[in-house]
Amino acid sequence: MPKNPDIKKVLVIGSGPIVIGQAAEFDYAGTQACRSLKEEGVEVVLLNSNPATIMTDRDIADHVYIEPLTVEVVEQVIEKEKPDSILPTLGGQAGLNLAMELEERGFLDSHNVRLIGTTSRTIRRAEDRLEFKEAMEKIHEPVAPSKVVKNIEDGEAFARSIGYPVVLRPAYTLGGSGGGIASNQDELDEILANGLRLSRVGEVLVERCIAGWKEIEYEVMRDGAGNVITVCNMENIDPVGVHTGDSIVVAPSQTLGDKEYQMLRTSALNIITELGITGGCNVQYALKPDSFEYCVIEVNPRVSRSSALASKATGYPIARVAAKIALGYTLDEIRNAITGKTYASFEPMLDYCVVKMPRLPFDKFITARRDLTTQMKATGEVMSICTSFEGALMKAIRSLEQHVDSLMSYDFFQLDDTMLHRQLRRVDDQRIWAIAEALRRGFTIDGIHKATQIDTWFIDKIAILVGMEKRLAREPLTEELLREAKRLEFPDQVIAQLTGKEEKDIRLLRTGYGIQAAFKMVDTCAAEFAAQTPYYYSIYDGANEAGAVLYPEGEKSDSADEKLTRGSGKPKVLVLGSGPIRIGQGIEFDFCSVHCTWAFQKAGYETIIINNNPETVSTDFDIADKLYFEPLTPEDVENVVRTEKPDGAVVQFGGQTAIKLTQALMDMGVRILGTDADDVDAAEDRERFDQVLGRCGIHRPKGDTVFTAQEAKQVAARLGYPVLVRPSYVLGGAGMRIAISDEDIDQYIGQINRYAQEHPILVDKYMIGKEIEVDAVCDGTDILIPGIMEHIERAGIHSGDSISVYPATDLPEKVKQTIVSYTEKLAQNLHVIGMMNIQFIVQNEDVYIIEVNPRSSRTVPYISKVTGIPIVPLATSVILGKKIRELGYEPGLQKEASYYAVKMPVFSFEKIRDADISLGPEMKSTGECLGIAQTFDEALYKAFVGAGIRLPRHRNMIITVRDEDKEDILDIARRFEKIGYRIYSTHGTWKALRAAGVEARQVNKIEMESPNLMDLILGHKIDLVIDTPPQGIEHQHDGFVIRRAAIETGVNVITALDTADALITSLENNSVEKLTLVDIAKL
Amino acid sequence: MGNAYLVLEDGTVFCGKSIGSQREVISEVVFNTSMTGYLEVLTDPSYAGQALVMTYPLIGNYGISIEDMESSRAWPDAFIVRELSRIPSNFRSEDTIQNFLQRYDIPGISGIDTRALTILLREKGTMNGLITTNEYTKAQIDSLLPSIRAYTTGKVVEKVTCAKKYEFTDSGDSVPQPQTVGVRNEMTEEMQRELHRRHFRVALLDFGAKRNIARSLVRRGCRVTVYPAHTSAEEILQDRPDGIMLSNGPGDPKECTQIIEEVRKLYDSDVPIFAICLGHQLMALATGGDTYKMKYGHRGGNHPVKDLKTGRVYITSQNHGYVVDVEHIDPKLAVPAFSNVNDGTNEGLVYLNKNIFTVQFHPEACPGPQDSGYLFDRFLMMMSSKSAS
Repeated sequence: MPKNPDIKKVLVIGSGPIVIGQAAEFDYAGTQACRSLKEEGVEVVLLNSNPATIMTDRDIADHVYIEPLTVEVVEQVIEKEKPDSILPTLGGQAGLNLAMELEERGFLDSHNVRLIGTTSRTIRRAEDRLEFKEAMEKIHEPVAPSKVVKNIEDGEAFARSIGYPVVLRPAYTLGGSGGGIASNQDELDEILANGLRLSRVGEVLVERCIAGWKEIEYEVMRDGAGNVITVCNMENIDPVGVHTGDSIVVAPSQTLGDKEYQMLRTSALNIITELGITGGCNVQYALKPDSFEYCVIEVNPRVSRSSALASKATGYPIARVAAKIALGYTLDEIRNAITGKTYASFEPMLDYCVVKMPRLPFDKFITARRDLTTQMKATGEVMSICTSFEGALMKAIRSLEQHVDSLMSYDFFQLDDTMLHRQLRRVDDQRIWAIAEALRRGFTIDGIHKATQIDTWFIDKIAILVGMEKRLAREPLTEELLREAKRLEFPDQVIAQLTGKEEKDIRLLRTGYGIQAAFKMVDTCAAEFAAQTPYYYSIYDGANEAGAVLYPEGEKSDSADEKLTRGSGKPKVLVLGSGPIRIGQGIEFDFCSVHCTWAFQKAGYETIIINNNPETVSTDFDIADKLYFEPLTPEDVENVVRTEKPDGAVVQFGGQTAIKLTQALMDMGVRILGTDADDVDAAEDRERFDQVLGRCGIHRPKGDTVFTAQEAKQVAARLGYPVLVRPSYVLGGAGMRIAISDEDIDQYIGQINRYAQEHPILVDKYMIGKEIEVDAVCDGTDILIPGIMEHIERAGIHSGDSISVYPATDLPEKVKQTIVSYTEKLAQNLHVIGMMNIQFIVQNEDVYIIEVNPRSSRTVPYISKVTGIPIVPLATSVILGKKIRELGYEPGLQKEASYYAVKMPVFSFEKIRDADISLGPEMKSTGECLGIAQTFDEALYKAFVGAGIRLPRHRNMIITVRDEDKEDILDIARRFEKIGYRIYSTHGTWKALRAAGVEARQVNKIEMESPNLMDLILGHKIDLVIDTPPQGIEHQHDGFVIRRAAIETGVNVITALDTADALITSLENNSVEKLTLVDIAKL
Repeated sequence: MGNAYLVLEDGTVFCGKSIGSQREVISEVVFNTSMTGYLEVLTDPSYAGQALVMTYPLIGNYGISIEDMESSRAWPDAFIVRELSRIPSNFRSEDTIQNFLQRYDIPGISGIDTRALTILLREKGTMNGLITTNEYTKAQIDSLLPSIRAYTTGKVVEKVTCAKKYEFTDSGDSVPQPQTVGVRNEMTEEMQRELHRRHFRVALLDFGAKRNIARSLVRRGCRVTVYPAHTSAEEILQDRPDGIMLSNGPGDPKECTQIIEEVRKLYDSDVPIFAICLGHQLMALATGGDTYKMKYGHRGGNHPVKDLKTGRVYITSQNHGYVVDVEHIDPKLAVPAFSNVNDGTNEGLVYLNKNIFTVQFHPEACPGPQDSGYLFDRFLMMMSSKSAS
């Protein structure tokens, strides 16, 4: 079927801010799909509240709305743009839900807009629990039987009918408490009785227990003609019970025979056929390890995190093909863009093994439980490719950038055998390291399998790696042994450590033996056809397909790409990606890497990207001229450098990951394009930076470097409390803290020293003032500042967690000039060529520096979009030697836009149990959204709505503030009262409010009798909690519990008064019905 | 484990570790891209006379389950892999791949760059090779090359066919047999059950048949009699089958001169015929068509095939080095029914005014996708309408 000619203008809805479970993969899928649509001449309208995405670029879509993702906004966009179709399956669950709601309201019908891709009926059948069950029963596909019961008798009867063990899940309890697994009737009676009591509605779900079964996924596609294919299957190493996003996943499946593989494949294809899906779909299975019994866990009728992984693992661009299918094409009409010869109607065949590992945020949330459950906690992931599973696992481990480079990285050696056995049974992010330690001690594979339920095949592979550790430690390092260690992807550093040698000796030895990495191509077809897209991974035991002559001499091949064999003749530039998405280094850096790559391509360069993140646009097959899917360690990067011999490398767009590689690249003889490594060091080294500041005559908050608590207290006494205390080298996640007393210092330093001895601790005067941020492009002479951003929260809250406003609202002209002049001085003295980000504190009219980052920052995408200045391409041109003036820009601070733009942080606290949600100097947000409008108030309101804070609903709120805030809260409370809020407070705050004439109601603290704060929160009648925790170490546990309880029941919590003030300001004059839309493509 | 070598006819040498038997063999080297199903592939008689390279690097992961064998033994002359799993892990595994290769005396090599080898075969076309554990000098290798080049698979069907006629009764129901994707579009479940109750008598000509062809018929209620490849048409027709099934098999179809003559008689008989792979090629040759050798063939489980009547595309399991030349089909005799989406080669024929249809791919799967299994139902329909008329 050819393209449907009625589809001319399509609305694509993105997935909004990055949160755990809905991350960069939707930018990747959405961007690919938009490009695929535009390729077909379709006009694309894009709606997404996330400004850090590439999909919201004006060159990706024709009309771009960075507006809150609410039904009202989508309706307004439809009314304004009049698209004929919506493609709802690319924006994750958020986008899908919006489209469904519009369909159900009849809005789409009445506005002649159709859903393309998948119909609403299909979506409902896949997502509605009951309809899905019926559909599966109709085609005899098993689902895990379950039933909601209200009493013990029903529970017993149902459990008898489905057989033990059963899982019990009480409805509406905090964090799933009160549930459990019952293996017999006695256990059932006990757990069920407890669960019924704890559940607020007296209901418990009884479900067949499939924990411990193999978790298998299939990515399948179907077109409008009914053709179906499988893109990829994947096997979770962690059995059912761990969310697939938190599991180590391998593709293709390793422990399934053809009978099982085909059984599930056919099942998946039957399911999408029955549901009538047109596009991509993910089907998850639980497969009983000792029989052919299986059940369908769930179906996602859209692109997903798994489909992004499958696309990168196979080279098959699922989103691109799904978009073409939505336009009416059939699979056999869509070309396979990788081979250029075959069509989308085939199934990729891998001739390698792919391992995905989750990037978990426990380094940021040290109080959080590390347990992995069915609730996803990972913020990002890494993928690696090798011809062996062992090699792929080792590469994935070192791609994580969590100070791990082998299976020896967590020291479980202190545990005794009993403790180790207990550790094995614990399902957390360190499990494979515990397995390795158990194997080292001679635990049997079967014993470990019993404790972990992980398939013995995977445990044996870990045993092979442990065996190599032992050989390296004991045997002489022969050529054969070294070759085998490298085949298993042991880094030189680890080999050195095990053999008692230096890393450089190992490298020398390797070079002598000719043991060098070679690169193989990901081609979707196991070499059956010649591929045209250079997408590579490294191995140590084979011929090189990259950079070198691919075929034997004299054999002119029609399929061998000229570029591959002879090189393009263009200068080559290496762009270093930013690795896995984590708190503090998110999708913004992928935005920068991709734009930098495009800019280099435009400038006539051959571009080479190294990255290991399967969720991102930068690792799409057609972004750079060449893609190397590799860990970002010096050794791995050197392998690419040796093959490609780039003319230069650019590190300033890949976040800290890329910056950290600067010295290593220089040691390899690679020219660093842009700011010199030495100048980067000058900005990062405290003493050198102080000298620079001295030369410039710029001040910073006073501070000192100390080693002991005693010294710290002396410095604090000199500076005066409060002070900011932070380790200069951080391991394990203990970050910055604000100390207000000597006790605080004692406690912090104790904590810091648990993780990082021997590293100096920095103690700075904590200054209260307005925090200002600028990004600048510097050409060596001139600078260009697109705009000045102001943080709503006072200094002390990490800039990534602050609400950021552009343009700064009420800065005196003099302060603006100071900021520009400081930026100029710093650019000149640090010899910055390219990007620079500076954070200032402004106290009255005095300007202080907090820090300088001579690289691209997380605000670059947002400021590019709202000012319309293409900052990354500009910086790239500057790096290539152009001057700002030559590029058509007048240096200095650019004219302010006529719009206000508010960047709002978005958090994922409800996903991480026991994480403290109060804000401080350590960044905790996972994503951001933007509010853009002609007035500040409306921009702020849009930003809050975009972040999911939609008020009012019940018009009830709780306020509990620390003593220092009791003065400042009064005005805020009054204003909330004025718009109709009923305020509840505990004694102290209540007294202060009452004294000021605010009509507050007193409520008991948590530990007191009911009704207390907890009852209020759990009663689901509260819109908002304002709780400012005491600065310094928390003296009471109450606040923590209140905040957690609120978060886990979906109540908005604000922990800083500045945020509360902004919120009430936004609420006073706005409502979601009367927003004005801004097409940023027209700015 | 000692070293083993693969010497290709162009003089390229790959060195790896010896697995299985240490026998030295010369064979035709072909590659298969299936990611699962190594046992089914190893026991597919169509690989007789060939040395098999698996492009998927990790082989042996789930061990050996005897019930998955597609014939009574392993057939390739040699087995070439990147890595054999140290331990098997699957609840049905009864043996290791290492033992299995030993048991059937199959020599092999592990630890070579199978991707580099595959690219070579793709670019230069299928080549012959010597698999050996002997360390030859360069001069020795040069002197061996003429005999490597001279190798042909020859009349290999004789080696793989059964010795005498027998009844096949195994339905293979010990492993799950899910309904195929296409089924719902062609036939209702009631129609299927009705057809199964007819218990059609099928004569299966064994040119090297995979068991699942017979099983697919038995599962559909058929009574299957298997005949040796050289059984005369008269003998088969004497048994008055409701339908005749021509199986897959190894080698160059043109070598099967005698069989082609018998197939021609079957064509003339009016008994419904369904043919797979070699059987499809033999029917084409028997009716004046032609076949030719492909550069490197189709071997794997991901080949898209288009049903030219409905436009639907099915993912199929394939294993063939020869193909029917679609240019030489007499349009009065037969029309193409399926074609390969990737390269446009012929994948099936419907014979006009006959109850005969033939396919190049493997609807019986094992290994590979089960999507085209509905064709067996179509065969049943054909037998049904024939017996009704």
